[in-house]
Amino acid sequence: MAEPRRKPNLVKTKVPMPAQDPQVRIKNFDEVALGYTPEQAVEEARRCLRCKEPRCVQGCPVNVKIPEFIMLIEEGKFLEAYYKILETNNLPAICGRVCPQENQCEKHCLRGEKGEPVAIGRLERFAADYAASCGEPRHEPTNPAPPKGKVAVVGSGPAGLTCAADLAKMGYQVTVFEAFHTPGGVLVYGIPEFRLPKRVVQREIDNLKKLGVEIQTNMVIGKILSVDELFSEGYDAIFIGTGAGLPQFLRIPGENLNGVFSANEFLTRINLMRAYRFPEYDTPIKIGRRVAVIGGGNVAMDAARCALRLGAAKVYIVYRRSEEEMPARREEIHHAREEGVEFKLLTNPVRILGDDNGWVKGLECVTMELGEPDASGRRRPVPKPGSEHCLEVETVIIAIGTTPNPLIANTTPGLELTKFGGIVVDEATGQTSRPGIFAGGDSVTGAATVILAMGAGKRAAKAIDAYLAARR
Amino acid sequence: GGIVAVNRIVKKKVLAPAVKLIEVENHLIAKKAQPGQFVILRVHEKGERIPLTISDYDREKGTVTIIFQEVGKTTTLLGRLEEGDRILDLVGPLGKPTHLEGLQRVVVVGGGLGTALVFSQVKELHRRGTKVDCIIGARNKDLIILEEEIKPYCANLYIATDDGSKGHKGFVTDVLKRLLDEGNRYDRAIAVGPLIMMKVVSNLTRQYGLPTVVSMNPIMVDGTGMCGCCRLTVGGQTKFACVDGPEFDGHLVDFDEVIKRTAMYREEEKTAMELLQRSLKEGV
Ligand SMILES: Cc1cc2nc3c(=O)[nH]c(=O)nc-3n(C[C@H](O)[C@H](O)[C@H](O)COP(=O)(O)OP(=O)(O)OC[C@H]3O[C@@H](n4cnc5c(N)ncnc54)[C@H](O)[C@@H]3O)c2cc1C
Ligand SMILES: Cc1cc2nc3c(=O)[nH]c(=O)nc-3n(C[C@H](O)[C@H](O)[C@H](O)COP(=O)(O)OP(=O)(O)OC[C@H]3O[C@@H](n4cnc5c(N)ncnc54)[C@H](O)[C@@H]3O)c2cc1C
Ligand code: SF4
Ligand code: SF4
Ligand code: FES
Repeated sequence: MAEPRRKPNLVKTKVPMPAQDPQVRIKNFDEVALGYTPEQAVEEARRCLRCKEPRCVQGCPVNVKIPEFIMLIEEGKFLEAYYKILETNNLPAICGRVCPQENQCEKHCLRGEKGEPVAIGRLERFAADYAASCGEPRHEPTNPAPPKGKVAVVGSGPAGLTCAADLAKMGYQVTVFEAFHTPGGVLVYGIPEFRLPKRVVQREIDNLKKLGVEIQTNMVIGKILSVDELFSEGYDAIFIGTGAGLPQFLRIPGENLNGVFSANEFLTRINLMRAYRFPEYDTPIKIGRRVAVIGGGNVAMDAARCALRLGAAKVYIVYRRSEEEMPARREEIHHAREEGVEFKLLTNPVRILGDDNGWVKGLECVTMELGEPDASGRRRPVPKPGSEHCLEVETVIIAIGTTPNPLIANTTPGLELTKFGGIVVDEATGQTSRPGIFAGGDSVTGAATVILAMGAGKRAAKAIDAYLAARR
Repeated sequence: GGIVAVNRIVKKKVLAPAVKLIEVENHLIAKKAQPGQFVILRVHEKGERIPLTISDYDREKGTVTIIFQEVGKTTTLLGRLEEGDRILDLVGPLGKPTHLEGLQRVVVVGGGLGTALVFSQVKELHRRGTKVDCIIGARNKDLIILEEEIKPYCANLYIATDDGSKGHKGFVTDVLKRLLDEGNRYDRAIAVGPLIMMKVVSNLTRQYGLPTVVSMNPIMVDGTGMCGCCRLTVGGQTKFACVDGPEFDGHLVDFDEVIKRTAMYREEEKTAMELLQRSLKEGV
C-alpha cells in the first residue's frame, strides 16, 4: 500500500488535542476536548506508517479499518474516511470520544513503540464530526422490500443501538424498547455532556430512525410486557441489551444520610434530567462545598468532574488502591487532576458521619497498604492499623460499580445467569439459554465499555440473522 | 399498532381543593396494573419524573386512574392538563403489587390523600371476600375524598377530621385504637398517608401485635432500581422502595430516616414552585 514517495510525519508525539482551559471549563458543561481542525487531522494522519499487517486493527473490538481511513484523511477525503469507519463501526463520533484507546487500538500501534501511538481515536472523532458538519449524508437506503422478520431490542445503550442498526440494514423490522424517556443508555444518563455532548448521541439515534428502526421509550420490559409477551406480539427474535444499571453501595454506616448519592443517581440527575440547569429544568441536585467521590473508574472521574462544575470548592477521589490500579482512562484521570480534583489514594472509607438533621458532615477513612496480589492480579489493599482519619465533606458519591438489573431475569423463565447476575451467552453469537433470545453488552459482561457493547450487538445481529434465516 | 400508548386524559375531576383525579388512556399499563403499583410521569420536556399511585384501572377501557394532590410544580402543572390533553411520558406499572391473599378481615387506614391510594386495594379485598373496616381521615370535611366511592366495599367506614367537621374529632389513630380496644381482631392493618401518620399507626399496631403494611413514598427518579435514590432502611437492611416496595412492614421501617430524606430538596422545591406561580400569574 505504501507509495514510495510518501514521507510520514516522524514527530514522536500526537498532535495535541485543543481543549478548553481547565479554569474555564470547570465553570461549564461544554465539551472539554474541542477536536482537531482539518490541518491538525492531516498532520496526525501523516504519522501512520500504513503497516501491512496493522496491529492496531486487532486491538479494536470491531476491527475498524484503521490504516485505510487514516489514509483517506491524509488525502483530504474526510467523508470517505467516515464511510470507511462506518463499514465496521456505526457510532464513530461516540467511540472516537470515549473508547479507552490506550488499551485498545492505540495500545498496539507500531508508533507506540517509540513515542506516542497514532491518535486513532481523535482521527475517528474528526472524521465523524466532519461528516456531521456536512449534514452527514449517510447513504444507507431503507429497505423497500417486505421485512425479513420482526426483532425486538430491549435497551437502547450502545449494544442495543448497534444490534438494531445492523438488523435494520439487513432488512429486518426492528423495535427498540427503552425504560427511560430518552434513548441512549449510559451514553445519555451516565457519561456527562462535557465528554460526550448529547447532540452527538441524538444524531446517532436520528440515524437509526432513518434506517426505519422504531424506538419506544417508557417501556420497562419485565413490567409492561415480559420477554415472552414480546414473542406473542409477533417478534421472531429478541436482543437483550439492558446494561448493568444496579448501583452497589458500600454497606457502611451512614449511607442513607442526606447528601449521599450513588453515582448513578448523581449522574442521572445531571445528565439525563439536566439538574445543572435547575430551575430552568425541574429536577434538582444538591451539592456540598466539599465532596468525596468513592471509586477509581470512569464513573468516579465523571462524578468528580460534575461536582466541580456544580460549584463544589473541593472534590476528593477516595480510592483504596494506588493510581496504577485505577480502572479509569488515563485521559480522564489527567483531566480530573488538571481541573483540581484531589486524589486520596490508598484510602478506604469506613463510615459516613452525619449531623443532627441527617446530613453528611464527614467521611471517616483508613489508610491502606498494598499486600499480596489478589485473584485479579492486583495487589490487595489492607488497612494500616491506627490510620483512621476524617475528611470533612458535605456530599459523598459512591461509584464502586454496578451489576445487571435482575428485572428481565426474574421475569424470563429459563434464562441462565452467572453468579453476579449477568446473562449467560455463547460469546460468538450472544445466544442465551433460551432459543430466539440473544443478549450482549453490560447485561452479559457487567460494567465494561461502549465498544465492547457495540461489538456484542454486532455479533448478535449476525447471529439473529442466521437464526431467522435457518427458520425461514 | 397494538403496543403504542397514547397517554390521553379521558376524564378529569376535582375531588377536593387541590386534589384531582385523572383517568388516562394507556391500555398497556391498564392491562398489567395491580393494586399497590404506581406509574412515573413527566409533564413537559424539562420536567421532573414523579411517581403516582395507580388508584384504579379499567382493563376493558384501557385506562388508569391517578389521584393527586397539588403540592409542588409538577403536580400543579399536571392539574392544569384538561380532558383530551396528553401526558408527555408515562411509565409503569412499577413496584410490587400488594399481597391480598388469604385475608379474612382487614383494617385499612387512609390519611388525607391516602384514601385515594388504598381505593384499589379496598376494592380488590372486597372482591376476594375479605371484610374491610376502613378509617379515613383529613384535616376537615372538605378534604375527605372518595367517601361515597369507597363505602360500598367496606363493612364499616369510619371518618375522622382534625377539626371535627365530620366524624370523629381527632386522628385516624384514635379511631383505630378504639376499634382495637373494643376487641376487633384483624389479620392485617394497611396504612397509607402522610409518613407521620403511618409511623403513628405502626407504633400503635405494634403494641397489639397486628401486622401492618405501609406504603412508602420516598423521592424517586427512575423507578426501576437503577439510582438508589428511593432507598430506606427496613429491619436494618437497605431496600429500594421502587422495586422492593413500595409496601413494607410498618413495624420494621425506619420512618425518621425516610422523613429526613424526603425533605432533602425542600429549598429547591420551594424555588421551583415560586417561579411557577409567578409565571402563572403573568399568564404565561
Ligand atoms: C459514568 C460512566 C462513564 C463511562 N465512561 C466510559 C468511557 O469513557 N468509555 C467507555 O468505553 N465506556 C464507558 N462507560 C461504560 C459504558 O458506558 C458501558 O459499558 C456501555 O454503555 C454498555 O452498553 P449497554 O448497551 O450494554 O448498556 P447501557 O448503556 O447501560 O444501556 C442499557 C439500556 O437499557 C435500558 N434498560 C434497562 N433495563 C431495561 C428494561 N427492563 N426494559 C427496557 N429498557 C431497559 C436502560 O435504561 C439503558 O438505556 C461508562 C459508564 C458510566 C456509567
Ligand atoms: C410510590 C409513590 C406513590 C405516590 N403516589 C402518589 C399519589 O397517588 N398521589 C399523590 O398526590 N402523590 C403521590 N406520591 C407523592 C408524589 O410523588 C409527590 O407529591 C410529587 O412527586 C410531588 O412533586 P411536585 O413537583 O409537585 O412537588 P415538589 O415541590 O417537587 O415536592 C413536594 C414533596 O413531594 C415529594 N417529592 C418531590 N419529588 C419527588 C419525586 N421525584 N419522587 C417522589 N416524591 C417526590 C417530596 O416529599 C417533596 O417534599 C407518591 C410517591 C411515591 C414514591
Ligand atoms: S472503535 Fe475504539 S478501539 Fe476501535 S478504532 Fe475506534 S477508537 Fe479505536
Ligand atoms: S499500527 Fe499504527 S502506524 Fe501501523 S497502521 Fe495502525 S495506526 Fe498506522
Ligand atoms: S427510584 Fe431509582 S432506584 Fe428507586
